[in-house]
Parts: sequence; structure tokens; C-alpha cells
Amino acid sequence: MSKKEIDEISGVETTGHEWDGIKELNTPMPRWWLWTFYGTIVWAVIYCILYPAIPLINGATPGILGYSSRAELAQNVAAADEAKQEFVSQINDMEVGAVLDNSDLTRFAVAGGESAYKVYCSQCHGAGAEGAVGFPNLNDDEWIWGGTIDEIYATISHGVRYEADDDTRVGEMPAFGEFWERDQVRATAHYVASLSGDEHDEAYLEEGKTLFEENCTACHGEDAGGIAELGAPSLNDAIWLYGGGVEAISAQINNPQHGAMPAWQERLGDATVKQLAVYVHSLGGGQ
Amino acid sequence: MGLLDKHGVIERNATLLLVAGLVTVSIGGIVEIAPLFYLENTIEEVEGMRPYTPLELAGRNIYIREGCYNCHSQMIRPFRDEVERYGHYSLAAESMYDHPFQWGSKRTGPDLARVGDRYSNEWHVQHLKDPQSLVPESVMPSYSFLAEADLGFRAQDHLVANQRVGVPYTQEMVDNADADLKAQADPDADWDGLEARYPKAVLGDFDGDPTRLTEMDALVAYMQMLGTLVDFSSYDAQANYR
Repeated sequence: MSKKEIDEISGVETTGHEWDGIKELNTPMPRWWLWTFYGTIVWAVIYCILYPAIPLINGATPGILGYSSRAELAQNVAAADEAKQEFVSQINDMEVGAVLDNSDLTRFAVAGGESAYKVYCSQCHGAGAEGAVGFPNLNDDEWIWGGTIDEIYATISHGVRYEADDDTRVGEMPAFGEFWERDQVRATAHYVASLSGDEHDEAYLEEGKTLFEENCTACHGEDAGGIAELGAPSLNDAIWLYGGGVEAISAQINNPQHGAMPAWQERLGDATVKQLAVYVHSLGGGQ
Repeated sequence: MGLLDKHGVIERNATLLLVAGLVTVSIGGIVEIAPLFYLENTIEEVEGMRPYTPLELAGRNIYIREGCYNCHSQMIRPFRDEVERYGHYSLAAESMYDHPFQWGSKRTGPDLARVGDRYSNEWHVQHLKDPQSLVPESVMPSYSFLAEADLGFRAQDHLVANQRVGVPYTQEMVDNADADLKAQADPDADWDGLEARYPKAVLGDFDGDPTRLTEMDALVAYMQMLGTLVDFSSYDAQANYR
């Protein structure tokens, strides 16, 4: 081993091992590889000095940069808050309706509202606010609880049938199945379907119309256009929360489903709720 | 160069190679793993953590059985984008009673570390039965069978097993395990004992059918407590910078 031997053909040093006349070359590592390797060792030492690294008895070495991922997060959040502060404080100080009069603030609120919508609202109302069965579409101009900016703001703030909030929206349709005959339910369902031009049986219309006028107009309006103060949806625009067609309408008359929505004011704060209201209002159906 | 040339000695002696290998690996282990058990900042204490209720534990087992962790993590990292979407970053202490923890490293679906109290029970049930009815773009499969499957869970045995690996279930909790399992999802039950043993437990029927205790009840009960236990009003973030 101590004696260096050079292989005649390749000119490379051998390890000195020999098996049946075959010798092993001791080819050195490529220089670039070796120096990269040394470089990583040097970098590791530098890194250990700069950043938290070596665990000791009471804690790890803090590193001379004093880096902390949690502190960095706090800084990032604070910086983002500060960048938004100018607009947020203005929005905080004004009525939600006034935001719409200022185009800069409206642009800011629509963007901020959209990002909050994606986190908190899209799971039920859909990523494109298209809604789902039981969850209203927010793009159309049918508003169960009113589509003005103030009404949207109130709905988001206090929720719908959300017991924990005293100012929540409450409205309840009686279950007509409990005191009506099946024929009466059916007749009314056919009449309601006819209002939106859905498939229906003409034979039921007369009875259905009478029943509707006697029992339903108080909440849904003389023209079945809905009354937002009561949360009674419009029944003449072919927009259905729980599905159109005589079957689905009958089910809803028999034993109505009532959706619920949480109150967001306390959870997200006033400025975010206002931005959400502006965003939802901007989607196309805002009144 | 003298010492470096001696590697031949180790290479020719199998026992010496084995011992030297063991020593090298042990150094790595001692430096990287051992400090985690005694360093104070890795075992930060927080207010509010408690062991899982029997029903939550049953739900957790279903979560693991169905492989939910393959698509959902339970670990919010301290980055602004994550914190703004999911909530406060996860603390190590929040998984202290997890055997095994469900941090995960793959997010096909969203992180679930703080999904508790975020949606209604009805939302969870509908979403588990037919995810696309609520989120059309979702690729999550349907788990509607959970609502059909009666929950078979030997609560007492599971509590004892967890007790053996260090979860501080008291004897009282173990004795009441089977009763607590049923009571949590039963709207007519007397919840006083359960609430005293497991503060902040979400009570009431979960799957929309109060007459049956199903796997859906258990999974939703588990979902509804995720990330809700720690009282962050008493958590001093600045003292825990790291």
C-alpha cells in the first residue's frame, strides 16, 4: 500500500490490490465534484453560524441573524396589514354604501372581498358564486333577503337563522303538509310551477291559484315576486333554491327546508364584511 | 494522509466496520433526535389541550382507515398564505395526543388542522356524501356509506390502548368510555359528565339521524373539534418565536 504503483496503460495510480493479475485503479474524484463537496461543507458551517442550528442543553444556538420563522410570519402579516391600512381604515370609517361612491375603494374592496370569499364563502356558494341546491346563487338578481348593498351587508354580518347572533335573519315557512290534503299541495305546486313557465298540469291551476292567493301571497307577495323583509323568495322567476319542477316544489310546500348561514361580523371584523358585501354586490345582481 | 490511508483497516474487519457504522449513526441520532425530548421550545405547553373524546377517537380511526391523510394534511405552516387561508399555524402541542399524528405532507385537498367549527354538521354530511354537490370542481370521492354503517367501536379498549402509550386518560374516562361514546351524538343524553371530562366537546346529533350512531357521526364529531381546543387568547406568540 505504501508503494505507489502506476498502471502502464492508463497512467493512473493503482490501489495496490491484485487479483489474478488484475489491478484496481485508484482513479481520483473529478475535481469539480470534489470542490463542490468541500463547498457544501463550508456552506454548512456558515449556515450553522448564521441560522439556528446546534442543539445544546437549554436550547439551540440562535444564529447571528436571529432568524425565526414565526417572527418572519408576524412581520409579513404586519407588512401586509400596513399596506392595506390606508384603504381598510377608510372603509372602516364609512357606511358600506359609501364605498361604492369611491372607485379606488370599490376596486380595493372587490379584490379584498374576493379573497375573503374564496376562503370563507366558496365552500357553500361555489367558487364562482354559482350556488348549489340549498345554497343561493349570488350572481343572479334574485335576492332572498334583499340585494341592496346594505341588505347584503346585514345578511353577511348576522347570518341567516344563526342562533348565536341575536340580529340574525329569521323567516320560517309553515309545513303545509301538516294541515293540507295532498291534493291541495299538488294543486299549489302545479300553480307555482306555472308561474315560472315550468311544466305543469292545467287542470290544477284554478284550485292552485285560489289556494296560493289565500295562503301564500302574504309572504311571497301578490305577484309571487317575493318579499325580502320576510326572506320569502320570489316564485315567478324560474330560480329555485331547492330545485324546480312539481316534485321539488311539492316537497318544499309539504315540509320546507330552511338553510342557515353563519354570522361573519364577529369572526372577520367589520372591514372584511364590508369588502365581502361590495364583492357580492359587484357580482352582477346587486341592486 | 497517514490517517486517511488507514481506512483499509476498517474495510477488512467486518465487526469493526459494524461498530464504527453504529457509532456514526448514533451521533446523528443523538444530535438530531435526542434534543427534541428535552428542549423546552419543542415541548411548548398550551392551554386547552385534552385527550380525544371516545367518539372523536372513533372518528379519528375512520379518518385513518379511509386514508384521508393521503390527500389532507393537518399541519398549518407559519407562512402568510397558509395562515390567512387556514388559521393560526399549528403548534406541536396540538398533536400531543395523536398516535400517530396526521400532519401529512400531501395536499390534494385542503389542510384540515383547523376545520373544526368552520362548517355546519349538515355541510359536512352533505359534503362527505356527495362532495361535488357542494364543490363541483372537487375530486374527492363519496363517503356516503359512512352514514349507513353503524359505529362499531370498542371505546374502552381504545382508551386503554392510548393510555398505555402515554395519553392521560383518567380511570373515570375509561370507565365511562362506552357511555360517553353514545352520549356525545345523542341529543337527549345527559351531557354533564361528558362535558366535565372533555371540555369544548361538540355535542349533539351529527349525521341528521339522532336514532342511530353511525360512522358518519364519529367522523363529523372528529372534524368539528379539529384545531379548536387550544385557547389562543392565552397563547403568547412572541414568547414562542422560533
